[in-house]
Amino acid sequence: MVELVWLIPTLPLLGFLILLATGHLLGEPRAGWIATAFAGASFLATFIVLVGLLGKDSHGGGRSYEFVLFEWLPAGSLKVEAGFLVDPLSITMALFVTGVGALIHLYSIGYMHGDEKYSKFFLYLNLFLFSMLMLVFGNNLVVTFLGWEGVGACSYFLISFWHQRESAATAGKKAFVTNRVGDWGFMIATFAIWSALGTVTYTEISNSPAMSAATGTAVSLLLFVAAAGKSAQLPLYVWLPDAMEGPTPVSAMVHAATMVTSGVYLLVRMNNVLTDDALLVIAVIGATTALFAALCAVAQHDIKRVLAYSTVSQLGYMFLAIGSGAYVAAIFHVITHAFFKALLFLGSGSVIHGMHDEQDMRKMGALRIAMPITAATFIVGWLAIAGVPPFAGFWSKDEILLAAWEQKNIGPLLWVVGLVTALLTAYYMSRQVILVFFGDQRWDDDVHPHESSWTMTTPLCVLAVAAAAGGAINLPLVKDWLVLEHFLEPIFHHPHHFSSGTGTKIALAVISVAAGLIGISVAVLTWMKHRIPTDRLEPEFLENAMYVDASYARVVGGPGTSGFQKTADFDRRIVDGGVNGVGRAIMKLGQLIQPTQSGYMRNYAVAVALGALAILVLLAWGLLS
Amino acid sequence: MDVTTGWYLVLGALLFVIGGTGLLIRRNPLVMLMCVELMLNGVNLSLVAFAQRLDDIGGQTVVFFVLVVAAAEVVVGLGLVVAILRRRPGTTADDLSTLRG
Repeated sequence: MVELVWLIPTLPLLGFLILLATGHLLGEPRAGWIATAFAGASFLATFIVLVGLLGKDSHGGGRSYEFVLFEWLPAGSLKVEAGFLVDPLSITMALFVTGVGALIHLYSIGYMHGDEKYSKFFLYLNLFLFSMLMLVFGNNLVVTFLGWEGVGACSYFLISFWHQRESAATAGKKAFVTNRVGDWGFMIATFAIWSALGTVTYTEISNSPAMSAATGTAVSLLLFVAAAGKSAQLPLYVWLPDAMEGPTPVSAMVHAATMVTSGVYLLVRMNNVLTDDALLVIAVIGATTALFAALCAVAQHDIKRVLAYSTVSQLGYMFLAIGSGAYVAAIFHVITHAFFKALLFLGSGSVIHGMHDEQDMRKMGALRIAMPITAATFIVGWLAIAGVPPFAGFWSKDEILLAAWEQKNIGPLLWVVGLVTALLTAYYMSRQVILVFFGDQRWDDDVHPHESSWTMTTPLCVLAVAAAAGGAINLPLVKDWLVLEHFLEPIFHHPHHFSSGTGTKIALAVISVAAGLIGISVAVLTWMKHRIPTDRLEPEFLENAMYVDASYARVVGGPGTSGFQKTADFDRRIVDGGVNGVGRAIMKLGQLIQPTQSGYMRNYAVAVALGALAILVLLAWGLLS
Repeated sequence: MDVTTGWYLVLGALLFVIGGTGLLIRRNPLVMLMCVELMLNGVNLSLVAFAQRLDDIGGQTVVFFVLVVAAAEVVVGLGLVVAILRRRPGTTADDLSTLRG
């Protein structure tokens, strides 16, 4: 059954092609249902492949299958195949990509109701799903890069979906340009790996002897640049908060649950290449990003921007886990985060929908009465991200904090940063829940909030169950309950093991839960009971994300622009000038001898006669002398 | 008076010069084609004369090749000339100057 892997990306591609050909004829809501059906079928295919994979023996690489479709780029000693790699890691990724993806397709049927580009939206969603699955299943770096660029392009299409709005068009461009920086890292890393190891195929890379320390670190850091671009880490995070200009289902699927985790996937896939020095850098940047974004989220007023910064922060956690060597914890958090963040985004979409496109939390409040299902599911997502046991987020976040604690060089420091982030996360999420669903009604009387249709609430309920119980796939303490860890173990050369005793583990868990509860209590005291004045809790400095974005704009817009202008001038004057100069010189020469081509046959005949005469004279000369 | 090889060669040269001059000064494409034939046959005559004189079959062989190529050339050339004249009656070679650079 594992051979059916080709079906998984092909189904969304088929949906894309059908919508491309007939989308405008199908219209609403048939286009949406077709796209949803193909996404759902892809999820089923993934499930079948998973069952097939579980049926195989897990020992000695027995659960790693490569399916080569054809040789894609045969160029000298570089051989790139178009092939799929099915192993526990790729199937785990594919499961939640297609699962959450299918739910979000279903949700979009209701959310995009009445949009004039209805079928085009689903066309992009299916294309995105296809690209993401190519990224996940590619058996070498080049196929992954194909998917990598594909999801980047789809992200651009979807962010600027409402391109009539200036801000959406700008946000799309910003995301695309920022991602190019990361893509640059990806390409250079691929070239470096090929020149060092002579292969770009994952299985061969992982069986190759280690690269020299310098090359290995350089490659690791370049891969991290790629991951930082796609997964919105410092300093390349700036595009993600702006990406919220896209429709909310897009924010949920592309910019929270799936695409932004591809950086994490890439680093886990390349885990045996990463060197200790690089891991330390990754851990530090991950922790910094987590704290930074959590601080920014504290002071946002836009319901989606809070979640956007929260996503950046949670991605920081994942990189902290990778940097600490706990790859399973990173993937675990990818999965639980996909559940609860998709849930939160879809919930916020439901709120925005019910409030007639209002996104400012200061104009909401008390929505739990008007929107009971949305409120209930949103609260589940809130408890999950705040790290309240036994919801999914608690288990994965706790594992990451434990891994950070055990980090060799600066473990306790990373742990403290992670803990503060956990506290802040609990605080800003509670603030959001209270502002939106509790307290006084702050909206105008002419707004009539209402619960969304069943196509929107069903995905919310399914995701709420997943966000509540998702932690069950990897429960600590009892060895047999670590299902995900045992499943993923074969792909790691050096599986990570926690060295702390049970006592330490429980103590750390208690502390992190306490931090979460403190965050929640502060938020309740501030925003519900109004015991703490709120005017100092939303400093402008944080609302503007510490002016990072603004300073980028300053540099790129000021000295940057004049630098680019000079480069453009150099290109136009020197490079283009040289090329055009050669062309002009040849044209001048041509004009010089143009008159000889008179078009009169007699002239040509005379030329031939004179030529023959010249040859005769030369021959005679040769004979005489 | 003996008819020696020289006579044939002079006749061949005369035919060649008449043909060449005609090609240069006439404007009628049909006449120009005929002039080309004259030149070719002038050369053929010289070749045959030399072959006879030197007792070498090679010269006559070349003549056959020239005849075949000339036949092919006439087919194409006449076809073109007839097509052009049918389209634009009274055309001279000077009117066909569209290949001017």
